[in-house]
Amino acid sequence: MSSDKDIAIRVENLSKMYRLGAIGTGTLSHDLNVYWHKLRGKGNPYARVGEENNRELLGDSDYVWALRDINFEVKKGEILGIIGKNGAGKSTLLKILSRITGPTDGSIKVNGRMASLLEVGTGFHPELTGRENIYLNGAIMGMTKREITSKLEEIVDFSGCARYIDTPVKRYSSGMTVRLGFAVAAFLEPEILIVDEVLAVGDAEFQKKAIGKMQEVSKGEGRTVLFVSHNMGAMKTLCTSGILMTNGKIQATGNITEIIEEYQNFNQIDSFNQEQRNIIGSSHFSSWELVPNRDSKNSNKVEIIFNYKAFVITKNIELGLVIRDSTGNIIYGCNSRDNGGDYINLNPGEHKFTFIFSFPVKGDLYELDIAIVSENKVIDQWVPSSKLLIKDTFNSVLAERWKGVLRSELQFTYSSNV
Amino acid sequence: MSDYHFEITPKKNPFQLNLKELWQYRDLVILFVRRDFVAQYKQTILGPIWFFLQPIFTTLVFTLVFGKFGGLSPEGVPTFLYYLAGIILWNYFSDCLMKTSSTFIDNQGLFGKVYFPRLSVPLSIVISNLIKFGVQFLLFLCIWIYFYLRDEVTFNRTIALFPILVIIMALLGMGSGIIISSLTTKYRDLRFLLQFGIQLLMYVTPGIILSYDSIVTKFPQFKWLADINPIYPVIETFKHGWVDSGSFSWIGIGISAGITVITLLIGMVIFNRTEQNFMDTI
Repeated sequence: MSSDKDIAIRVENLSKMYRLGAIGTGTLSHDLNVYWHKLRGKGNPYARVGEENNRELLGDSDYVWALRDINFEVKKGEILGIIGKNGAGKSTLLKILSRITGPTDGSIKVNGRMASLLEVGTGFHPELTGRENIYLNGAIMGMTKREITSKLEEIVDFSGCARYIDTPVKRYSSGMTVRLGFAVAAFLEPEILIVDEVLAVGDAEFQKKAIGKMQEVSKGEGRTVLFVSHNMGAMKTLCTSGILMTNGKIQATGNITEIIEEYQNFNQIDSFNQEQRNIIGSSHFSSWELVPNRDSKNSNKVEIIFNYKAFVITKNIELGLVIRDSTGNIIYGCNSRDNGGDYINLNPGEHKFTFIFSFPVKGDLYELDIAIVSENKVIDQWVPSSKLLIKDTFNSVLAERWKGVLRSELQFTYSSNV
Repeated sequence: MSDYHFEITPKKNPFQLNLKELWQYRDLVILFVRRDFVAQYKQTILGPIWFFLQPIFTTLVFTLVFGKFGGLSPEGVPTFLYYLAGIILWNYFSDCLMKTSSTFIDNQGLFGKVYFPRLSVPLSIVISNLIKFGVQFLLFLCIWIYFYLRDEVTFNRTIALFPILVIIMALLGMGSGIIISSLTTKYRDLRFLLQFGIQLLMYVTPGIILSYDSIVTKFPQFKWLADINPIYPVIETFKHGWVDSGSFSWIGIGISAGITVITLLIGMVIFNRTEQNFMDTI
């Protein structure tokens, strides 16, 4: 452990239990039971039965640990990205950090003035003007009136709403409201800033401005930022380190690039295991798998097997495979009859279709889309929720934004006549 | 000790009220008061004049219904002034109670996003209603001077207790309001009970509509209820001071003050316990 002076936030054994279902029915009896146990010096009788936070599994208990034994430290000046699937406990963690709700167990020590942007523009009153709302919002975030007055001009400038500053906020567009809200928050000058998905709103120009401001905040002025987003691009450019959360626990901590990679890997394996389609009685694709690459010379070769269950005799079959990148663009498409292949006939039973092709593309998660067609009739079309993960095998010295989609090994020669 | 600014832990000491932090956020309290005022009368033509009209209308209704038709007008005091006195003081109490009682429910959006001392909300409600009360009191004063110049009303030495009476009403309203607001985060039933209860309280509190004597003679079995009512001595003293009606006792006002202090302390402790985790149950 490093010395306390460099630590902005220290989280120790943090746990948070939630009660599921409608609160109200039976609450009184539970409350009385808890109170009765406390009175006799015993612990909360429901704490023992709390289950792991996994939204995909149906549990027996009404109580769930949204967070369980979370431990980590954030150094001063660090930009920490928190990654995880929906319901992994990211927002609960931020909520406890920003003191909106309390922990069930454990503690957080915070060293410095903290402000959270769980949602910008909180406390904006629609009837008040932009200027009045800047004061109100600033005060809610902990600024004094004097501080706000001294920064008013900068805030208005940054928001780009100077023209509308004396108009009630209810006449603002949603984008303008966000701009104004972010502007106030950006000039708060907290030592620790908590940001949760705020960049989702606002146009590209403003997002750029906002990201720039966050970087400036943490680098230039040595402040700490905690950032939660599903936008891995923003995470990569912004954060220095990361935390990966699963089911209310910390799965990994470390360098942001490693964490993102682990998340994407894990995400694939995780959803792969859960991909079970039960289409009883009709023929369908049951699973797919990526065959590990045996051809070390050609690392761009991809071999995918689709498992298929047929229940009836089907004739004149062809298969189509389409692959999309994470933005939805079709990167590749092929048909089983390509290269002179013929239609096939299938008997009832289990079948394997193997696709081998060259796929020299940048590292990303690619979506598969497979269809089986018999005499121009689609029998089954399947977009597996598990994605095909491709890792970058070819590293160019070129900057990321110039690299494009294809990853093809370069053979460069040089000759001159001089 | 560590030099951490603060620590977040599950169980807060319920008696650690963090009033220092509340003081740091005093600008916020002022801005909340301002917001309540500005927002309330935006897009109204009459604006703050409604402050005057509300009690005047109620007083007129009371004067007509209870005074003229019900034959409940007090002796030796102008009926209008008698009712107005009770109404403005009662309204201050009931506004404080009603509005602070919905602190958590009305502000769950805000409380769910950002931390600030939650007590600043009920405090700002009490202050903005104090200003409203002040304006209404000016109205009362004008009418009082009119009657005084016509020699229809006199005052008493107990008039000097007036500021204390206002403070008791404010703190009693806020104290019971924050108790209810804390309980309504889990049990919403209380909100419906409160609407009914506050109306009932207005009728059974001697001095607002019915006088102490008329309650005691008509419902002798409820005499104890009138005797323990902490609002009654406040209103009685207010009227004793300003329009010289009824009686005054130090014991009565002392009991009121005592109940107020106890209610406020209980309220702040319960509120303090609730504020940390109410987002999970609301």
